[in-house]
Amino acid sequence: MSYVIEMNHITKQFGSFKANDDVTLQLEKGEIHALLGENGAGKSTLMSVLFGLYQPEQGEIKMNGKPVKINNPNDANELGIGMVHQHFKLVHNFTVLESIVLGRETTKIGILKMDEARKKVMELSKRYKFKIDPDAYISDITVGMQQRVEILKMLYCDNEILIFDEPTAVLIPQEISELMKVMKQLVAEGKSIIFITHKLNEIKEVANRCSVLRKGKYIGTVNVADISKEEMSEMMVGRKVNLVVNKKEATQGEPVLEVKNLTVKGKTAGKDAVKDVSFTVHKGEILCVAGIDGNGQSELIYGITGLMPIEKGQVILNGKDITKESIRQKCLDGLAHIPEDRHKDGLVLDYTLQNNLVLQTYYSDRFQKNGFLKFDEIREFAKGLIEKFDIRCGQGEDSVTRGMSGGNQQKAIIARELDRNPEIVIAVQPVRGLDVGAIEYIHKQLIAQRDAGKAVLLVSLELDEVMNLSDRIVVMYEGEIVADVNPQEITREELGLYMAGAKRGVKNEEN
Amino acid sequence: MKKINNERFVGLSASVLAILCGLLFGFILLLVTNPSQAVNGFLMIVQGGFTDGMKGIGDVLYYATPIIMTGLSVGFAFKTGLFNIGASGQFAAGAFAAVFVGIKWTFLPAGIHVIVCLIAAILAGALWGIVPGLLKAYFNVSEVISGIMMNYIGMSLVNLLIRTSIYDQLKNQSLPVAETAVLSKMGLNKVFDGANINAGIIIAVICVILVYIILEKTTFGFELKACGLNTNASKYAGINEKRNIVLSIVIAGALAGLGGALLYLAGSGKFLQVLDVVAPEGFAGISVALLGSSNPIGILFAGLFIGYITVGGYNMQLYGFVSEAIDIIIAAIVYCGALSLLFKTLIYKFQMKKRNKNNKKEEA
Repeated sequence: MSYVIEMNHITKQFGSFKANDDVTLQLEKGEIHALLGENGAGKSTLMSVLFGLYQPEQGEIKMNGKPVKINNPNDANELGIGMVHQHFKLVHNFTVLESIVLGRETTKIGILKMDEARKKVMELSKRYKFKIDPDAYISDITVGMQQRVEILKMLYCDNEILIFDEPTAVLIPQEISELMKVMKQLVAEGKSIIFITHKLNEIKEVANRCSVLRKGKYIGTVNVADISKEEMSEMMVGRKVNLVVNKKEATQGEPVLEVKNLTVKGKTAGKDAVKDVSFTVHKGEILCVAGIDGNGQSELIYGITGLMPIEKGQVILNGKDITKESIRQKCLDGLAHIPEDRHKDGLVLDYTLQNNLVLQTYYSDRFQKNGFLKFDEIREFAKGLIEKFDIRCGQGEDSVTRGMSGGNQQKAIIARELDRNPEIVIAVQPVRGLDVGAIEYIHKQLIAQRDAGKAVLLVSLELDEVMNLSDRIVVMYEGEIVADVNPQEITREELGLYMAGAKRGVKNEEN
Repeated sequence: MKKINNERFVGLSASVLAILCGLLFGFILLLVTNPSQAVNGFLMIVQGGFTDGMKGIGDVLYYATPIIMTGLSVGFAFKTGLFNIGASGQFAAGAFAAVFVGIKWTFLPAGIHVIVCLIAAILAGALWGIVPGLLKAYFNVSEVISGIMMNYIGMSLVNLLIRTSIYDQLKNQSLPVAETAVLSKMGLNKVFDGANINAGIIIAVICVILVYIILEKTTFGFELKACGLNTNASKYAGINEKRNIVLSIVIAGALAGLGGALLYLAGSGKFLQVLDVVAPEGFAGISVALLGSSNPIGILFAGLFIGYITVGGYNMQLYGFVSEAIDIIIAAIVYCGALSLLFKTLIYKFQMKKRNKNNKKEEA
């Protein structure tokens, strides 16, 4: 069997760190080849090498048996390699058609000739049942549609080798199954697909073969049909993993956090990102806010925590109105916030770990006297947390946070927030970008909070996380709460319909 | 700890490299303008303050005093993530306030008078800083733009006020300040053999130490640095970032204003001139802060160094070079200083290579 693409013994180093260490990937014609690995396993690096963004220190790339040199993305395009990036690279105020032909415009003496392009795009769209409106603006269409634009872009350039980088992360279940159909149709027509993911279900569903990376090393390639999900995850993580979260039955108590008629303005003028939202989080429960990215979840949390001004509404914590209080006072009242973006909001990356661990408490009498910091006390405190929460880092409490791994950065935030013994923990995508081990750990911590009778408000985009962790789910769509359901009484598909706005349950929660 | 030391080492060696590159450039410049005297002129620069013995050293300290203050001003604001380009205006405002009080408020007893002058300068500088600070904190106006504007407003306003209140028409400059408003020489002029040195340098060193303590040891400094490094995270942690922005630039203004007072109360025969020139000490402060990597101790030494080669520059005029040459050389050094990041990467790379070589040796 000949391979369309062979990447043999690729080694890519950044300084002394080997992002890819002797990795081999062989793609057969007409197959869907999954590339599986945790975050930081080197999947993106390997694809960047294939796409000409990085030059490997060792190894060679062969195409149809002949060695090729890919110096930049243009070379890759000429060889027929196309990629749908995880974060779409589209121009927001362009139309669909303009976005697709961008960079490949057909012109006549310098003047755009869009008719031919339009014909070709419409043909493609029809062939794959994309139902795309070529004149719609990118900013107006859904994320699922944007992804189709990206796919059309690859097809428009007649690419034969298609790379999908975590394509399902932003989609709802219905869209995912449609994407899978399209992928199958594409390989049936003779194209070859590299499918990057860490979701085992999807690999099981569409992929023919699967190559596994772990910490930059090549672990092996397997036939998907011959291997179980458990075995695959073991290959990926290097040990046995518990794929199911174990938790006790919830014991719902009194209300802790009440949000009443909250409205928050969005970034674009005139639009409210959060519209008249009300819900209550009780003691001993994990309430999950589900929804597709960008439906107002971030603004909701920013509004509750005070990072963004609110238009109207009330936030009540344990019976006390904290709407107008300063962020510091909210923190003292027992509100803990694990922010969505740990680099932007959660940490001062250039501070040492110990400074970050006292970021909200440095002014307390424990850590200062007459305005002077007690460095010994801070050090002792940090050492304690590092041990208790198993934060791993090179120089202990003196490590600069920027140099720590994502998982350990997140652990540091969680240590800081949970150690304050809060009444409610607001966690926004707390496991984004983390490896399986860290995910397990963080989920356990959140469940421990719940079991200790505290309230947890979890915002998540991952359906698995929503279904596994939550005791109650509210779904947000376009700034409103469209459903308030029990995870045991709802299927993933039904949840998907709510998330897509195709179905509406309760408008406001009944108290 | 080892890593931190290494960082300091790299920072320091990057500054030294920047200085060497700047000097090299200066030498080439001298060669081009006047080849026959280039070597002598260059030696003068390198000898700097040491040429005239103790007097020379005293003059270095005198020249360094105001630019250490403006350097501290810029560096302090920079730690909070603000670029205080308005140091010139704050410097001028402080200088005027000090001279005005020094001339007019002669009813104050000796000893108190000079202190009131200094306080007036601090307040005036702080006032000049508060405008860009408030604009930045509450209306998100870039402090660079408003700082530049405040520089021009400061320059023109000072000129206007000198003409209407403390003007010496014959010399087109301010009147001399009262004896009681002049900074004490504290016997330093005897130690340093008639140099212009006075208590100013001691005040500057005290300020360096104060700024160091504020930044490194206090909760206030912790907040300021957190805001400078990441405003969002500071807000998230409940730090009042708006208040910190205003305070930071107000303190920076006060430092620059005090610098103005220290220069014009030195009793060295320097007067406020009515000129349409923005005070150059403010911009020199940017150079000093850059060269000192915004670290208070670094700024102290950077200020001393610039003072040192400035004296060298004056001496260089003996060989027929214009004093602008030294300005260009200082500019070149600062330019290289701004490229210190590049030098840092080079040094890191060099260290890495060395380490790799060692590792390979060990393996073999």
